[in-house]
Amino acid sequence: MDFIGAFSFVNLRFLLDGLQITVAVSVLSIVFSFLIGGLMGTLRFANIPFFSRVLGVFVDIIRNLPLLLIIFFTYFALPQIGIRFNIFWSAVVALTIFESAMLSEIFRAGLNAVPKGQMEAGLSTGLTYVETMRTIVLPQAFRSMIPAIVSQLISLVKDTSLAVIISLPELTHHARIIYGQNTNYVIPMFVAMTLSYFAICYVLSLLSKYLETRKYNY
Amino acid sequence: MIELFQANADLFFEGFKYTILSSVLALIFSLIIGTLMAIFQLSENKIIRNLAKAYVEFFRNIPLLIIVMFFYVVLPLYGMPFDGFQAGTIGLTIYTSAFIAETVRSGIQTVPKGQMEAGLSSGFTYSETMRYIVLPQAFKIVIPPLGGQFINLIKNSSILAMVAGLDLMYQGDLVANATFITFETYIIVGIFYLILTLPLSYLMAYLEKRWAVRG
Repeated sequence: MDFIGAFSFVNLRFLLDGLQITVAVSVLSIVFSFLIGGLMGTLRFANIPFFSRVLGVFVDIIRNLPLLLIIFFTYFALPQIGIRFNIFWSAVVALTIFESAMLSEIFRAGLNAVPKGQMEAGLSTGLTYVETMRTIVLPQAFRSMIPAIVSQLISLVKDTSLAVIISLPELTHHARIIYGQNTNYVIPMFVAMTLSYFAICYVLSLLSKYLETRKYNY
Repeated sequence: MIELFQANADLFFEGFKYTILSSVLALIFSLIIGTLMAIFQLSENKIIRNLAKAYVEFFRNIPLLIIVMFFYVVLPLYGMPFDGFQAGTIGLTIYTSAFIAETVRSGIQTVPKGQMEAGLSSGFTYSETMRYIVLPQAFKIVIPPLGGQFINLIKNSSILAMVAGLDLMYQGDLVANATFITFETYIIVGIFYLILTLPLSYLMAYLEKRWAVRG
């Protein structure tokens, strides 16, 4: 075990570079999957004949596949049919596909939990469907969804580590390179990885607990 | 795609077997550890309670990959060799047990306190009341979310591929590398996973709906 050697300036900077990629991939996937998942969840809730059903089957399939398989698929299989991303965007696309399916279920469940009368009241006071959705139903649904959404975001951050399989230069990948040089660095690198992920995820989980217990004024 | 499957059926089924084996083993052990951790979290003893909480918070907030790699990379350096399958299954067990602990804990907490008090006052010991009165009620509440955890467990078992754990994903990868037909191979692998996860996920959705109505 050699903590001092393992955390030399060069190594530390290398790790931070990795952490930066981890954060970048996480943030991009969070934003995209939030938008796409929100849209898909709302469309499924709206119960458009045929379309919502097809979307439902698609979501169920994606949700029940391992993320690792989706990452493999975007990076190794899609180029065979002419769709090519570089490593970074493959990771973002794979994570977005998977997490938006997960988030769309959370959105749909949240929307279903809002009493039907709210939608009817909105429509009968002359608002259009879209207006009712945006100003009345979604804000109420959103509050009940926050804990589930945050815990999904936590898994997203943890799941970025899986992109190591396509050699995305993120934290786990860089830590592996460093401990590959010297077995004395193995434990320090594991400590560094564990602490970094734990710090990010634990802060998010505290946020979720705070939002859960906070009282809202209706 | 059918030809590809026929030519490599042995590999796919071999991997399928290991995926199921790993998932079932991890499920059994993580149910035991998770339930114990849930009970410890609600214990009167401050030290036990905090240790259990630390266990759950720690393993819920780090990636599964790190736990698995710890058993595959770190421990062998200190004279405890694990092969990929063992490391993967142990990692899965530890990781899932933290989630199961949270699920079971919230289930136990939804059982009214009066049940525990009634059990204790009619002469049962704490562990008897827990076993015969509180846990059976809690389990009915937590079965749908536990099913969700089991589905996650099956999906997460693909992590074995990263440590040469002989599972479905690993074998699929071998086939893809040997044949260069990646697109079809991964679709076949996906279908195998769906055979396991889709029926379970519909069953849990059904149970959740049915039990929710009856309260």
